[in-house]
Amino acid sequence: MIERTPLLNIATHAILAVGLLLMLLPMYLVIVAASHSLQDVVAVPPNLLPGDQLWVNLQAAWEKGHLGDRFVTTFIVAMGVMTGKIVMSCITAFGIVFFDHRLKMPIFWLIFITLMLPLEVRIVPTYAVAANALLPFQTLLDLSGITWIINALSGIEVKLEWNLLNSYAGLIMPLVATATGTFLYRQFYLTIPEELVEAAKMDGAGPLRFLWDVLIPLSRTNIAALATIMFVYAWNQYLWPLLVVTDQSYAMIAVELSRLVPKFSATGGEVPKWHIAMAGTLIVMLPPIVVVVFMQRWFVRGLINTDK
Amino acid sequence: MANISIKQVRKSYANSEVVHGVNLEVSTGEFIVILGPSGCGKSTLLRMIAGLESVTAGTILIDDKPVNDLEPHERGCAMVFQNYALYPHMTVAENIGYALKVAGLPKMERATKVSSVAASVGLTEFLDRRPGQLSGGQRQRVAMARAIIREPKVFLFDEPLSNLDAKLRVQMRQEIRRIHNRIRATSIFVTHDQQEGMTLADRLVVMNKGVIEQIGAPEDVYHHPASIYVAGFIGSPAMNFLSGQISATPAAAMLANGERITLPAHVAAAHDGKLAQIGIRPEALSIVPAGSGSFDAVFDFAEELGNARLYHFRFEDLTVSVLSADKPKVKAGVPMGIKVAMDAVHLFDAETGKRLLARGIVLEPVPA
Amino acid sequence: MRRAYYKNNWIAALLVAPQLIIVFTFFYFPTAQALYWAFTLEQPWGGGNTWVGFDNFKAILGDSLYWASIWVSIVYAIGSTTLAVGMALTLAIFADRQLSGYKVYKIGMIWPYAIAAPAVGLAFRFIFSPGAGIMMFVNQMFPEIWNPVENGNQAMAMVIIAGAWKQVAYNFIFFLAGLQSIPRSLIEAGAMDGARVLRRMRDIQLPLLAPTFFFVLVINITDSFTDSFGIVDTMTAGGPSRATNLMVYKIFNDGFQGLDYSGAAAQSIILMLLVIALTFVQFRYIERKVHYT
Repeated sequence: MIERTPLLNIATHAILAVGLLLMLLPMYLVIVAASHSLQDVVAVPPNLLPGDQLWVNLQAAWEKGHLGDRFVTTFIVAMGVMTGKIVMSCITAFGIVFFDHRLKMPIFWLIFITLMLPLEVRIVPTYAVAANALLPFQTLLDLSGITWIINALSGIEVKLEWNLLNSYAGLIMPLVATATGTFLYRQFYLTIPEELVEAAKMDGAGPLRFLWDVLIPLSRTNIAALATIMFVYAWNQYLWPLLVVTDQSYAMIAVELSRLVPKFSATGGEVPKWHIAMAGTLIVMLPPIVVVVFMQRWFVRGLINTDK
Repeated sequence: MANISIKQVRKSYANSEVVHGVNLEVSTGEFIVILGPSGCGKSTLLRMIAGLESVTAGTILIDDKPVNDLEPHERGCAMVFQNYALYPHMTVAENIGYALKVAGLPKMERATKVSSVAASVGLTEFLDRRPGQLSGGQRQRVAMARAIIREPKVFLFDEPLSNLDAKLRVQMRQEIRRIHNRIRATSIFVTHDQQEGMTLADRLVVMNKGVIEQIGAPEDVYHHPASIYVAGFIGSPAMNFLSGQISATPAAAMLANGERITLPAHVAAAHDGKLAQIGIRPEALSIVPAGSGSFDAVFDFAEELGNARLYHFRFEDLTVSVLSADKPKVKAGVPMGIKVAMDAVHLFDAETGKRLLARGIVLEPVPA
Repeated sequence: MRRAYYKNNWIAALLVAPQLIIVFTFFYFPTAQALYWAFTLEQPWGGGNTWVGFDNFKAILGDSLYWASIWVSIVYAIGSTTLAVGMALTLAIFADRQLSGYKVYKIGMIWPYAIAAPAVGLAFRFIFSPGAGIMMFVNQMFPEIWNPVENGNQAMAMVIIAGAWKQVAYNFIFFLAGLQSIPRSLIEAGAMDGARVLRRMRDIQLPLLAPTFFFVLVINITDSFTDSFGIVDTMTAGGPSRATNLMVYKIFNDGFQGLDYSGAAAQSIILMLLVIALTFVQFRYIERKVHYT
């Protein structure tokens, strides 16, 4: 469109520039703090230009702050969540969309309702499950009387136990369970023209063959989107790892980061090592930012299609 | 190569029936076109033959074997879909060869077959492209090749030309007929385009509202439509219909305004007093001076067709169209005489819509 | 309606089973457990739980600390949502003009989506720290003007700003996508009708963006109730004097520090009902979105 709006254009740029500044300024201050010694960070007047200690501080956070070790753990968890989520979303949605059975809608709703139960609101009992992942099944057996029957018949007391605390399984599984990916896949499957399925049928391809030969290659964009979202989601986990991990070798990076600075308290105490903490913040932020910036196109589309 | 036999086939969804007991025999090598408006059940019928829809009642036999419970790929049918249904992530060669791959044919053998089939439909240079990089006509060819390579007993076409532009449609139509003449596989072709039906079919099946209205050679259907519906559906420009009452003396169909169209005495006698729809194709009418034709009508406007001109007249509250190659000059709003060619009148029962005359006006009426 | 495709239902069952098992284990069972705990009380000397009806709820609702926590959560929800939605909407509608530099602006607004809540919390805790950097300087110029470590309102403001800052990216993505899904021809029709840029924003783009707006609004409120844990924990740990003790943070504390499972469970149920109600509202608007376009 040909439209001459010089003043408005200047205003537009001004508004966007202020917005950009507000988004970037905090990060700039973090970088500045991360590049000075603690003495300079708490100096008055404040240093507003980056110093030369960045590398030193990053190393300190990486080694003394244990972020280096946690980096690997977190990476394993993030990859696990990502892979598990993609595989599970892909097959669950397939089972819902491309088959016709009476349980289709009930299953859909069962998964859908989990959207209303974020981890935070069921955190205490979920922790109990993590302490014994077979607890739900044990409870089912107890309530249904099967435990009693088995005990009466064979004298064996059924005691199912699988402790997930301090394990990758415990970190990964509850995060894989959410419904978002399943919806993303369902949306995608619903856009597949019916004729494509019919053509595959005419060509003699059964359901699994169709999934493998046609749907999975076609869903590459979906996989990219879901992978990005899930990587960021898993990498940034805080509350859950805070609970299920007591053994430091399984701690995740965001939790470790928060330990670099003593808890906020009114009683004061020692001056936090801001320079190390900010260097640590940079380390924690970097991987997901890289992923988001490089995968921008796919992840934006994915995010919108899941409606979160 | 196979014959197909469809016996009392019905299809219902939930509680509405969309195909009401259809019977059809297709002999080996025949090209059948099922013609009808959208929603008439023609696609459903085709999809039941393919095995994509279950059959509610009745039997479908291919090669004299009931196939009702066979999976699509077990029936030996190949199908060309309306939107081609090509796999977007596979190359042309992979698309064509996919059925063979699923069937477990070795790679080498597959490649040979794919290239020979591709050559036969002129796709050789496109084998490495993806469907997205092809034009509509080329995609159509891939869809054809995909069907041909399976050497199916039966070819099924579900409105395969409707997504093409007019010129390409004619071209692909001819190509389909040429391929059929070469391989002579039994084919069923579904379309709503009557011209496509006329030009392609060995036999035409006209469907409406879930029932078959007429089965016959295209020419036969054109000249002897079995019902008002068929008469109105086949032929372009469309047939004119006037309503009138048949009287024995004088032997004529009396129109609403008192004018009459003369009928042979024995025809009039056979249906004396009956309310009828009189169908006359525009090419069977001619324009004459007022008062000297079968009835007078007021000229409204004309459409130029190049080789002829289509005149629209107002008669009562109806429009009567006349196709004339002579292109006489007529002034708007002026009444003119319309002359009916006697041997081209079709009479239909106004109540049932069924044909009252077997052939033109000179033949015997249909026995009751 | 879609037609049925494959008939091998046992394959479908096999495909769906893993997710159903996980969902049962980590969603439905804990939810049921929370309900059980909320209506029972553990015996001090062991011997299982006894049914206490609504006693746990009565205890909570009679506790002024709980009401304080609700109040704090509402303040946080309103504050962070208003800031985050307002800023994202303004930026998105101007970014959508796609002047030069559009891509830079877009990336610049989107990247904070990737940052972990604790990282945001820590960064803002440093930025607003009265004993370091800029705020320390401000305090030297105007003594005692800024001290979120003691001043509850200031602590809340700090948490709201951090929470909102983190949320802007997410909202921006949705607003921009919403704006870009408005058919270009509508904007052009507006221009042909003589409406200029700002006029078109007001008369065409904003009204058509309404469904997205409500969707984002509800998501933000929901997130402010649940997702705020990481920020609060790293920034203020609920302090000072519980001034930022959000509901989700109180549940965590009562459950894991206080080991009051029944009290925490009852609070969880209340928060759950709140989230469910909000989700219902949200999906009503999603349904309506279909009618708009």
